[in-house]
This record gives sequence, C-alpha cells and structure tokens, in this order.
Amino acid sequence: MCAERVSYTLDSTLETVNSAEETAGRLAAEAGFDDEEVMKIAMAVREAAVNAVLHGNAYDPGKKVTLAFERTKRDLVITVRDQGKGLDLSRVPDPLAPENLMKTSGRGIFLIRSFMDVVEIHPSQTGTELRMIKHVHGQAVNS
Amino acid sequence: MTMKSSTRQVNGVTIVDLSGRITLGEGSVILRDTVRDLLSKGHKKIVLNLGDVNYIDSSGIGELVSAFTTTKNQSGELKLLNLTKKVHDLLQITKLYTVFDIKDDEAAAVKAFDK
Repeated sequence: MCAERVSYTLDSTLETVNSAEETAGRLAAEAGFDDEEVMKIAMAVREAAVNAVLHGNAYDPGKKVTLAFERTKRDLVITVRDQGKGLDLSRVPDPLAPENLMKTSGRGIFLIRSFMDVVEIHPSQTGTELRMIKHVHGQAVNS
Repeated sequence: MTMKSSTRQVNGVTIVDLSGRITLGEGSVILRDTVRDLLSKGHKKIVLNLGDVNYIDSSGIGELVSAFTTTKNQSGELKLLNLTKKVHDLLQITKLYTVFDIKDDEAAAVKAFDK
C-alpha cells in the first residue's frame, strides 16, 4: 500500500486553527470524501487544533503545534500534537450529562469522536497527541 | 467568511440576523457583544436568525448556550430561528436541540413571545 504523508509545524495562534481546518478540508476532498464527510473531518481537525493551541500550548509563542496527514488506500490518518503539559483525560467532562448540558465549553473532544471513525488521545508530560482516523468510503479496517 | 450581525425590531421583538461562521474568535465575540448590548438596553425578547449561518464550532455552540442562559438570567427570552441542516445536526448530537426554543417561521417566533 502506498502512503502519502505531509506534516506542518504551526504557531500557537488562532490563524493556525483556521489554517488546520482549511488544510484538512482540502486534503479530505482530494482523498475522495464527499462534502458532508469533508466538513466533518475539517471540523474535527479544527476542534483538535483549538485544543492544542488554547488548552495545550495556551497560546505560548515558544510552543508549536504539529499537524500531520497520512493518506493510505483505506484511511486518512490525522495527528495533532501540542507541547503543553498533557491533557488530563479524567477531567474531560461528558457534555451530554444533564449537569454539563448548559456549559459553555467542553464539547470539542466529543465532536471529534462524533465525526471521526477512530480517535486516540495520548497525553504525556511533553504534550498531547491526538490521532484520528477516517476510513475512506466508510470501509472497516481490520489491519 | 467572518460573521455579520444586524438587528431589527418586529412587534417588540428583536430579530438578530446573523450570517457567516460562529467560531472561536471574531464570530463568537460578535454574537456575545450583540446579545449583551441588547440586554443592556432592555431588549429582552430576542430571536437569533441563523438562516445564513453556514458553520458553527464548539466555541460557537458554547456562545449560543451562553446567550440563552444570559438572557434567561435577566428575565428575558431567546429563541433560535431558521437553523441550517449543519447547525440543526450539531444541536441534535449535542442534545441541545430540545433545550433551545427553535422556530422555522419568523412570524411564529415573534408571536410565540405573546404566550
């Protein structure tokens, strides 16, 4: 299987969020996803970039966000990595719980999980890596 | 595309016509400032017309929740009008569709404040 990989190192700014979303949308369209799936992939990447810039790197100009896209025959694999303190997954609330429903934040990871087929979050002391996969044409991948 | 906002009065109800994207940054700030400004001037019957809002992210959803709660806390009422499919679907999956008072007809939305 032939894989194509491209990665970007980006500043911790709002422009990075918009740029990540645009790039994801373009690459998803090139990979053959339909308009609705392109929107979902772009939005998932936007939310991941928001987490990396705001919550991970906290807009620190000395910290970067790494965005990588890998396209295989079956999947579009996207990785967003920050250089923050590492996301504490135990503190990520369930936004659908009645007590959280009217909160004004905390829906980003939920939306990412809703829009992508596979989502893995790997926090460490040197940052958080969020890896997400969208199967091309909804194929199940057994490899 | 950035967000644009304009307001008009219909039978004592303020209709806020929004267009573009409600996302982290400018879009969310415009929505927040618009609602705060209306409430500070005593306009407490508010309809957010989202018919031309083609995109909203989690920050934008949070801003809608904030607008709803802030208005309610000031004894006001806020309704949503003309959701696009994208926004409709987002409010469905976040279980907020039943929280907001959502209308698809402006006259009905205005009239609903009389009840």
